[in-house]
Amino acid sequence: MSVLVYTESEEGKFKKTAFEVASYAKGVADMLGTEVTAVSFNAQSAGDLGKYGVSKLLKVNDSKLEKFNAKAYADAIKQAADKEGSKVIVLSQSANAKYLAPLLAVQLEAGYASNVVALPEGTEPLEVKRTAFTNKAFSFTKLSTDVKIIGLSKNAFGLKESQAETTEEDFSPSLSEGDFSIEVVSVDKAADKVTIADAEIVVSGGRGLKGPENWGMLEELAETLGAATACSKPVSDMGWRPHSEHVGQTGKPVAANLYIAVGISGAIQHLAGVSASKTKVVINNDPEAPFFKAADYGVVGDAFEIVPKLTEKLKEFKANNS
Amino acid sequence: MKILVCISHVPDTTSKINFSEGDTKFDTAGVQFVINPNDEFGLTRAMWFKEKQGATVDVVNVGGTETEPTLRKALAIGADTAIRVNTPATDGIFVAKQIAKVAQDGGYDLIIAGRESIDYNGGMVPGMVAGLIGANFINTCIGLEVEGNEATAVREIDGGKETLKASLPLVVGAQKGIVQESDLKIPNMRGIMQARKKPLNVVEPVEAGKHSEAVKFEKPQPKGDIKLIDPDNLDKLVDLLHNEAKVI
Repeated sequence: MSVLVYTESEEGKFKKTAFEVASYAKGVADMLGTEVTAVSFNAQSAGDLGKYGVSKLLKVNDSKLEKFNAKAYADAIKQAADKEGSKVIVLSQSANAKYLAPLLAVQLEAGYASNVVALPEGTEPLEVKRTAFTNKAFSFTKLSTDVKIIGLSKNAFGLKESQAETTEEDFSPSLSEGDFSIEVVSVDKAADKVTIADAEIVVSGGRGLKGPENWGMLEELAETLGAATACSKPVSDMGWRPHSEHVGQTGKPVAANLYIAVGISGAIQHLAGVSASKTKVVINNDPEAPFFKAADYGVVGDAFEIVPKLTEKLKEFKANNS
Repeated sequence: MKILVCISHVPDTTSKINFSEGDTKFDTAGVQFVINPNDEFGLTRAMWFKEKQGATVDVVNVGGTETEPTLRKALAIGADTAIRVNTPATDGIFVAKQIAKVAQDGGYDLIIAGRESIDYNGGMVPGMVAGLIGANFINTCIGLEVEGNEATAVREIDGGKETLKASLPLVVGAQKGIVQESDLKIPNMRGIMQARKKPLNVVEPVEAGKHSEAVKFEKPQPKGDIKLIDPDNLDKLVDLLHNEAKVI
């Protein structure tokens, strides 16, 4: 009956989102009067999972699952849910989790709510608050199935400590040949770059930067903050920056702690895509830019002067506070 | 190759979102509806397969008569036949079951749907269709080639991309990158005229239950007033970010 949570890891170590989904699963388990079981793939040990309330860890160790495989992972999680008799399954909204969730939902005949931002409003029936219309609204959604899957938006719940003793158990799901019908030919991932999906801070540039040659100062600001870089739609459409950096309604959503928009006027589609970020700073020379109505802090002025100066100030701050 | 492209009928990205009937229904008054952008990227890629490899391209929508102008637009872009499953689109699994039936009846090799619709953002229909019909599934697809019975696809992952190989039948969750923004086609007059004569077949739904229901909507709280910082006093901004917002 435990709440099952899929805790993602990379090179054997749990990602920060794993602790967030675990914290959330613990919250749901408390509401239901049950405990949390996590399932992991090729993770070395439970690590900090106990700190966030995980009582049991099912460890799947299989060299065939070293590279993410949506079908096989979904099949394994399904078998873990069956074994535990879990009625609620919690996962993150990473690209991988979003990929496997609908496959898992079909296998379990489960209702699936994506982009969930808070603990359930109620459990009988299960009702969750999720974003819809690309953050322009919230939808309260009821799941009427026996088994339910909750996809938790990044940074929506945060980390909540709740110490538990984690018992570890090896779990070997029986996977079929069909689970491996898609072959991963190659993975191309920049190892040293902060990704928009994982970043706590995102620094983003728009048309106001005038050309791709001016991105150096943004990259320096991002590096100072340990931030990911992003851009507005026109910037990616003009090919100044790669599509993978486009954030907004038709690009990537951003749910960072801090979002700094430089030279971005703030079209409704852009604002929708970044509105889940906690704190927003806008730097723009046009005081009428719509972004000023959506941000927490603003600086009106020339980005080419402000950004390097701000980077210097932040470097000083880091030096004094480290 | 037979391709089916799933088309959601969604509010234009510039739309202001409002609700009616005690915040239980999306208020469509004054809203312009379009092809879901993620679907349009997929449809445009399908057109490439039609032009270069002689594929046939059908489009499907689950919805009432109000979605027909959106399907006609897909025909004007170049799809051969449109299919409308005559029922309101209630939830993800219900829509997926309708599309799965159309996909099976039509014997499609490749089914393309946007990775998510920009209205309810469920992000589940493509994967569910694949699961229901037992086809391969590749999500967040930013590159797709098909040679004979085998597809090579590029999937966007967090912080990079990966290249995958899969045999047909295949369901793809499309997004920007599967074609470029500049590849999108605005239908010309000839396309629009031809679209009027192309078949738009209405089929009745299969019986299917739903798993979820949006019972109420809420708009985000309006943002409080912005604090403006003098560009000559950026220490203040650093201070606010550290002590007030506590984000650095």
